[in-house]
Amino acid sequence: MTGYDFSLSGARLAALRSGALYWPDQNLLCVSDLHLGKSERQARRGGPTLPPYEVQDTLDRLAKDLQQTQATTVICLGDSFDDTAAASALPQAHRHRITELISARRWIWISGNHDPAPLDLPGDHHADVSITPLTFRHIAQPDATGEISGHYHPKARLRGTSRPAFLLDDKRLILPAFGTYTGGLRSSDPALSTLMGPRALAILTGPHPMPIPMPR
Amino acid sequence: MAELADGQHQGLHTLYVSPLKALAADIKRNLRTPVDEMGLPIRIDDRTGDTPQSRKKRQRADPPHILLTTPESLALLTSYDDAARTFAGLQRVVVDEIHALAESKRGDQLMLALARLQTLCPNLRRVGLSATVDDPQAIARFLACHPDPCKILQADPGPIPDIRMLEAAEAPPWAGGGAAYSIPAVMQQIKAHNTTLIFHNTRAQAEIFFHNLWLANDDSLPIGIHHGSLDREQRTRVEAAMVRGELRAIVCTGSLDLGLDWGDVDLVIQIGAPKNVKRLVQRIGRANHSYNTPSKALLVPANRFEVLECCAALEAVREADLDGEPRGPGPRDVLCQHILIAACAGPFDADDLYVEMTSAGAYADLPRGEFDACLDFCATGGYALQAYDKWQRLLQRPDGRWQLRDPRATQRIRMNLGTIQDTDTLKVRLKRSRGGKPLGEIEEAFAASLTPGDTFLIGGQTVRYEGLRDMTVEVTRRSGKKPKIATFTGTKFATSTQLNARILSLLQQGSWPNLPDHTAAWLTLQRQVSQLPQPGRLLIESFPHQGRPHLCIYGFAGRNAQQTLGLLLTKRMEEMGLDPLGFVATDYATMIWGLKPLNDPAPLFDLTTLRDGLDSWLGENAVMKRSFRACATIAGLIERNSPTARKNGRQATFSSDILYDTLRKYDPDHLMLQITRTEALRGLVDFGRIEEMINRIRTRIDLVQLPAISPLAAPLLLEVGKIPIKGAGLEKLLQQEAADLMQQSGLADLPD
Repeated sequence: MTGYDFSLSGARLAALRSGALYWPDQNLLCVSDLHLGKSERQARRGGPTLPPYEVQDTLDRLAKDLQQTQATTVICLGDSFDDTAAASALPQAHRHRITELISARRWIWISGNHDPAPLDLPGDHHADVSITPLTFRHIAQPDATGEISGHYHPKARLRGTSRPAFLLDDKRLILPAFGTYTGGLRSSDPALSTLMGPRALAILTGPHPMPIPMPR
Repeated sequence: MAELADGQHQGLHTLYVSPLKALAADIKRNLRTPVDEMGLPIRIDDRTGDTPQSRKKRQRADPPHILLTTPESLALLTSYDDAARTFAGLQRVVVDEIHALAESKRGDQLMLALARLQTLCPNLRRVGLSATVDDPQAIARFLACHPDPCKILQADPGPIPDIRMLEAAEAPPWAGGGAAYSIPAVMQQIKAHNTTLIFHNTRAQAEIFFHNLWLANDDSLPIGIHHGSLDREQRTRVEAAMVRGELRAIVCTGSLDLGLDWGDVDLVIQIGAPKNVKRLVQRIGRANHSYNTPSKALLVPANRFEVLECCAALEAVREADLDGEPRGPGPRDVLCQHILIAACAGPFDADDLYVEMTSAGAYADLPRGEFDACLDFCATGGYALQAYDKWQRLLQRPDGRWQLRDPRATQRIRMNLGTIQDTDTLKVRLKRSRGGKPLGEIEEAFAASLTPGDTFLIGGQTVRYEGLRDMTVEVTRRSGKKPKIATFTGTKFATSTQLNARILSLLQQGSWPNLPDHTAAWLTLQRQVSQLPQPGRLLIESFPHQGRPHLCIYGFAGRNAQQTLGLLLTKRMEEMGLDPLGFVATDYATMIWGLKPLNDPAPLFDLTTLRDGLDSWLGENAVMKRSFRACATIAGLIERNSPTARKNGRQATFSSDILYDTLRKYDPDHLMLQITRTEALRGLVDFGRIEEMINRIRTRIDLVQLPAISPLAAPLLLEVGKIPIKGAGLEKLLQQEAADLMQQSGLADLPD
């Protein structure tokens, strides 16, 4: 596994190059903001018909991480689907593929602002979930500790190269978006720079996950 | 006007289309005056992106006799279901500055719109106007309703322009584009003339020059600045002051390029090499709009290489050798947009639309299969995976005609109409509690590089960056402090083949009595420390600079081909483990830097290997991604503007690179990739000129090892638009820098 190892509230964790988080002691893999069905939603709303391949691509990359980690628990940290209708409209082949992935392990869907309602898919559905010493939820709460969240799609810049990034301080970790059709929010955005502590790190995804002092 | 004088004509009679909003407004003024003086019952109005919504609505319901507009506003007019009523009675279309439109997609869009108008008004006559046409037959084919003939009228070219290089006390610098050295000489010229237009090739250069000119303006002469990134109000003010003859000089860019007839201009100064003879002639034409006095113009090279370019351009103007590249068939992304525009106006029959489109010269040879593929793309996305049965954009009705599935889509399509590719820009405002005065726009990438406290130039004033609010850059006024400089990429012109060939032959002279001493001395020095490039051979210089090995390859193949060469060579160097880090290309050379030096260039220039690798290489490079972004935006796959655009935060939008990579992976034969490839090979990639160059040099490559950068290579270091190579070399540097940052901040030593 190529990853960057660190700890949060005493839990030893690894930021993977793909943007997924691995927790070896729990054999748990966590991904955020898959935004499956984004192209379908866009077309439904009268917009351009984007290449309809993002579900396949996102699931391929997720399956690859599952294959490599052999994780027995998966947490999808919210905004797994671009909207609830996109989850219901999933083509049969993709629904089958997701169901297959779910059935082989414990699977937890956390609800996000894009998919607030429980999904019409197997797995447990929660607003948030605690596995001592960590709490998993979609949007960070300013006074939480030991918190793992997503939502912001953070990215950070080094030498003019911008990449999706994990943001880490002594209280929380924010995951980058895992979905293929997702953009990013710079770590210097006030929404993120006010949330993260002064010693926060940005861990850049890519061939070798790299920690840097979070650009502000 | 004679046809309109009796007041009998109902509705629109003449449509005047120009490439510039300013030109439409100018012509309106010039028509208005005689019509008012004669008391004719003729209504004249203009319609551009700047026209208020209420007036636009009125124009559709009750059109004026003469409407002055731009290609985009015209296309928009044809997208309404009442287009037939709006254009009823239309007799004539006048396309001004047609040469400028004929070389861009804006012209293709215009000709498709005229094809539409021709169906609505079969008696419509078309007139094209231009003062600088290199190939009248090609323009005629472009303008005429295919297969009708087109009559060509040649006007008297007038006296030969009085044009020379400006002689300044100081020599131009070795590199750079500011031309600050010429300020005192330019100031003198301004004082000696009534009104001087000072043209620049980029907005950034115009800003810097204006700033410097202002500092040297001891007599407080009225001098203005005008370019496309300035706020509209500010531009209008400058235009009005110029019309009233209140300004002694205007520092400007292409936004004042075309036929504006502003009487009193008696001198045109071109700062920086003109890159293209046709554009130079056009700019010179701005001075003295009377037919018997020659236009007066001065060229100011910004650096020593540009002295050569200016010299070559002067020669070409004297010989009336206008340059031009033949254009290929009409681009299909514009065709896709036109299909969507047609659908906005109402249900259409595919056969009729095909026949109509092929009456535009550029699309006359369009195969039906290609049209159908574009229609399929507009309807379903045209993917190998049939995903949008339910949510097609266009539906075929039982009667066989096509219509939009969701009528609300018209709003989105209209918002994204047009073929001009803007870089993402942010508005700049003075910081006030309720939003201060708008100053103009800067590029998003430049805004991202600013931290609070940084200063930059906009509209000739120095401002301090305070922060970003609601996607607007907030600034305060700040005088005195030396500013960081606003970078506007703008249009980068490529030096034409003709000019490059002239420069190369100029270099072969034994001495250069026709050049200023400083430039002759520079070339002599280059000949001493290295050598000068020769036709039929390829010169490569290798030298260390700032601790890294650099290569400079003098291909003289034009900016686009030199850029492609940079991409091809760095790809091969990556394969050879030389860890290239980046390159930069100009019209005459490509400079590459990396972690390891190159000892034997011959394997790099094997044409067979280069051609074999072209396809896989093409797919991955940044130039292709840029082409894709442009094509996909025009074709309607990417929306620049959306009705629900989020104002804060950008995580909702994702990069077009992702779409490109996804298509390459899952749908490599998709129409958008085909269009991208065609476009890139013709324009940005220009592989043809590389093949031509390699065939010309064969194995005649001269690799010169130097202890330091050569006089001829130095200007490349200051070029903007350096392209990073995201390979093994970058990854090594990123890791090193990340480790350094962790060390320096003390974060690396903290316990977990």
